[in-house]
Amino acid sequence: MNITDHPLSRIIRTERLPHEFCPGCAIGQVYHYAAKAVEELNLDLNKVVFLSGIGCCSRGVGYVRFDSATTLHGRALAFATGIKLANPELKVIVVTGDGDGAGIGGNHLIHAARRNLDVTVILNNNGLYASTGGQMAPTTQFGAYTSTSPYGNLEDPFDLCNLLNVAGASYVARWTTAHVRPAINAIKKGIQRKGFAFIEIIGQCPTYFGRYLLKTTDPAKCMRWFQENSLRKEVAEKMPKEKLAGKIIIGEFVDREKSELTERYKKLREKLNES
Amino acid sequence: MKYKVSAGLHFMLGNHAVVEGAIAAGCRFFAGYPITPANEICEEFSKKMPKVGGIFIQMEDEIASICAVIGASWTGLKAMTATSGPGFSLMQEGIGYAAATETPCVIVDVQRIGPSTGSIFGQQGDIMQARWGSHGNCYEIIALAPSSVQDMFDLTIEAFNLSEEYRVPVILLAEATVGHLYETITIPKTEKITIVNRKKPSLSPEKFIPYEAPENTAPPMPAFGDGYRVYYTGHLHTREGYPVLSMPKFPLAEKVLRRISKKISLNIDKIVKFETKYVDDAKIIVVSYGFSARAALKAVLEAREIGIKAGYFRPVVIWPFHHQKMREVCASAKTIIVAEVNNGQILHEIQRSVGDSSKVVPLLKFVDTHTPDEILAKIKEVT
Repeated sequence: MNITDHPLSRIIRTERLPHEFCPGCAIGQVYHYAAKAVEELNLDLNKVVFLSGIGCCSRGVGYVRFDSATTLHGRALAFATGIKLANPELKVIVVTGDGDGAGIGGNHLIHAARRNLDVTVILNNNGLYASTGGQMAPTTQFGAYTSTSPYGNLEDPFDLCNLLNVAGASYVARWTTAHVRPAINAIKKGIQRKGFAFIEIIGQCPTYFGRYLLKTTDPAKCMRWFQENSLRKEVAEKMPKEKLAGKIIIGEFVDREKSELTERYKKLREKLNES
Repeated sequence: MKYKVSAGLHFMLGNHAVVEGAIAAGCRFFAGYPITPANEICEEFSKKMPKVGGIFIQMEDEIASICAVIGASWTGLKAMTATSGPGFSLMQEGIGYAAATETPCVIVDVQRIGPSTGSIFGQQGDIMQARWGSHGNCYEIIALAPSSVQDMFDLTIEAFNLSEEYRVPVILLAEATVGHLYETITIPKTEKITIVNRKKPSLSPEKFIPYEAPENTAPPMPAFGDGYRVYYTGHLHTREGYPVLSMPKFPLAEKVLRRISKKISLNIDKIVKFETKYVDDAKIIVVSYGFSARAALKAVLEAREIGIKAGYFRPVVIWPFHHQKMREVCASAKTIIVAEVNNGQILHEIQRSVGDSSKVVPLLKFVDTHTPDEILAKIKEVT
C-alpha cells in the first residue's frame, strides 16, 4: 500500500508510518475518530493543537500534522491551559489514556473541567497501563487480574463521566470503539461546544486488557464484548443498580451551556480597560 | 495599556520588582501557585497582568504552573512562574522538559531553607538543584542570583532576554531575604531597557526544520497557530522533532542533544556576568553571591581600610559557572573565602576551578545572611 494515499493524509504525518502500536490496538481508531471530526468540521488545520501526555495513547500525537506535543505524563491539560489562555482562537484537543488522564493527571483533569477551559479531551480507556506492561489503573475493574494485581484488584474504578459531570464540564459522553459514528459525532459536538468537553472512548487493548481480562488477543472479540456489554444511558437509568455491574454505560451524560474561562478573562480585561 | 510603572525612583519590595521587571521585559503570561516567601509575585501579577493585556492564572499546583508556562511560551508569549523550595522541587520535571523542547521561560525561586518544608527563612540552598534538579544530565540551564531589589528588576529582564536568545529555561535564584526586602530602586525609561525577542523562522513551513541550527545557537521558534505545525516531545528527538526510540537512530538525537548544551557552553563568555572589586592585587578574595555578596563587599572595603589586600568577586550569573574566569580572577590570591548561605554548594565549583593553586576556605551559614563583621573576622583570621 502506498501510505501517502492515506485518506487522511492532510492530517496524518504519513512520512512517520508505519506506526508503533500493537496489531488491533484501539489507538489508531481513536485518532481516526479525532481526525475525522476535525475534517468533517472543516476546521482551519493551522489553528488546531493536539496534545497528549505519556503512555500508549499519547504516542499517537506524533502522527498528526498539527501544532502538537507529547507533554509530560498526566500534564497535557496543564499545558493546554497555557496554550488556550495564550491564544483562545486555537482549538485545543487533548488525546489521553486512562492512566495518563485519570491516574497521574487526575488533578489537572478535574481542575480543567472546574475552570471550564474550552478544550476537548478524548480519553481512550483501555482499563490499565498498557505501555508499561499491563499494570492496574484507576479504571481497572474490581477483582481484575493485571500485572500489579496478581490476586485481583482490591480497588473500585472511577466512573470518569460521572466525575467530569460533577467537576463542571460542559459536555461529557462515553462510547466504545464498537460505536464508531456516535464516537465521531460526540467528538465533533465536544469541539463545537464552548467549554470543557470530555469524550471517553472504551478502546480495546488486545495485548493486555484482552489477554488478562477477556482471555483473548483477538481485537474483534474485544469489540464484540464491548458491544454486548454496553447499555444506552437511557436504558440503564430504568434498570436496578445491581443489574448494571460490569456494564459499560454509553451515551451523552452532559451537554450544557456555561461560560468558559477565556471568555471570562476577556471580559475582565475589557472591564479593567474601561475603568 | 492601562498600567505602566513610571520611570524614576521607587521604594519597592523585592518580589514586586520581579513583576515590574517581567512586565518591562514583555512577559505576558504568569502561572503560579501560592507559596511563602514568593506570594507577593503571584499576587502582584494577578493585579497587573489583566491590565497590561497579559494572562494571570493560579494553577492547581506547581507542576501545572510550569506546564502552563511552557504551553503559553509555545503559543508565542513570554511566560514565567515563581515559587520557593518545595514548589521548585515539584517543577523539576517541567524544567527538564523545557530544556529538552528548547522552550524559553523564566522560573523565579525565592529560596527558603530546607530540606523538605524546612521553614520560610532565607537560604541559598537550591543552587545545585537549579543546575542538576531534573533527571538526566544532558542539558544546561542559566541561573542568576540577585542581591538587591534593583537586581530583582534588572535580572528579571536579563533572565527573559537570555531565555529568548537561547531558548532555555532561566532561573532567578532569589532568596527570601531579597524577596521580602524593601529598598529604593531606579526604574529606567522604557527606551533605555534592552529587550530580546525570540527569533521567528524566516523559512516557509514546508522548508522549516524545527531543531536545525548551528551548534552554538537555538533554532528560530514559530508560535502555535503560525502554520508551522511544530511537534514537541520530551523524547529524544531528531532535528525534525520526531522521537528516537531505537538505538540505531540515537546519533540523530545525539546531535540535537549536544546542541542544547553547547548553545549555552559555547556562549559562556557572553552569558556570564560578575562583579569584582580590588581583585588584581588581592591576596585574599571573598567570593559571595546573592544577598550575602553585599556583606562581602562591605567587609572587603573595611579590610582594605586596615591595609589587608582583600578582593571581592560576585558571580551574578551562577550557571553556567565560568571556571576559567574564576581561575584568572583568583590567580594572585593565596586564599579564597567562599561565603554562602547553605552547606557548601558554589564552594565545590570554586575548588574545582582553582585546584591546589589557592586555599579555599568556606564561610557557611544555614539561614538569613552573613554580616560584614563575620566576613571581616574571617578575612583577618586567614591573613
